[in-house]
Amino acid sequence: MDETMKKNKYSIIVPTYNERLNIALIIYLIFKHLKNVDFEIIVVDDGSPDGTQDIVKQLQQVYGEDRVLLRPRPKKLGLGTAYIHGLKHASGNFVVIMDADLSHHPKYLPSFIKKQIETGASIVTGTRYVKGGGVHGWNLMRKLTSRGANVLAQTLLWPGVSDLTGSFRLYKKSVLEDVISSCVSKGYVFQMEMIVRASRKGYHIEEVPITFVDRVYGSSKLGGSEIVEYLKGLVYLLVTT
Amino acid sequence: MKHIVKIMTLLVALSALWISLLQTSIIPESYTWLLPLYFIISLGCYGLLMVGVGLMRFPTCPHEAILLQQDIVEAKGFLKGKGVDIGSD
Repeated sequence: MDETMKKNKYSIIVPTYNERLNIALIIYLIFKHLKNVDFEIIVVDDGSPDGTQDIVKQLQQVYGEDRVLLRPRPKKLGLGTAYIHGLKHASGNFVVIMDADLSHHPKYLPSFIKKQIETGASIVTGTRYVKGGGVHGWNLMRKLTSRGANVLAQTLLWPGVSDLTGSFRLYKKSVLEDVISSCVSKGYVFQMEMIVRASRKGYHIEEVPITFVDRVYGSSKLGGSEIVEYLKGLVYLLVTT
Repeated sequence: MKHIVKIMTLLVALSALWISLLQTSIIPESYTWLLPLYFIISLGCYGLLMVGVGLMRFPTCPHEAILLQQDIVEAKGFLKGKGVDIGSD
């Protein structure tokens, strides 16, 4: 297994917007948990006014400019295009996508890599809804919405994965390039579209349990408009996939 | 095949089955008329049950939040030592 791992290179794409502190923490944690693995971190910053890019430049001094890549964009342009932008600069044969807000803990990266090597999967997706996974920091309303949304999507779309809106995933680079080019949604409907399209295209998808600690610094939101966006996304996927 | 087509096909097949039951009257017609209603009700019950079970068994991980705080302290210490300006918050 070590032999296979040595041949692989993992490009970890982290889109940021005002994540000055979180990006420093996450880069430290990635380096801590990925020893003996060839990887690079690609930070795609959408012109954060809080100095996220300055921090990343300082981190480049610590870890090296070949390990921490800063590929900024001038302004907020959305998540999907951030991945496409990061992908253009990725030199690995595998790509990991994760959020910068510490809700995705880098300690799970080795289990993604291990699962991929064991199964040869094209995509390994983190799931919060199985044994060993979990969520922290959600109130009852948030849990209810999440379960309802999940049951609805499972019943209507038969996606074959248990966690559709999670965004902590490992892709074969060629697979990500293929899937991402056919996705048009925004926000977290985008995550759902990616995995549903990949599933319809017949790619081998595996799951690993992850825990999700809702963001420590900064705030996350889930309002009525998100629910409407979700339902629209569901209908869109029903008629287009 | 688009997914909506698959679901429609399934519904059409079910309707065909229902109509054939109406025609052949294997079971009393008054029961047959109520079958679609039962179908919708059981679908609703299934949905509510799944949401309920999912809520009851919702996996939580309070311990992970504590571990994360420890990781954050550790990371801040390391980064400060390397002269990275992470601020005081």
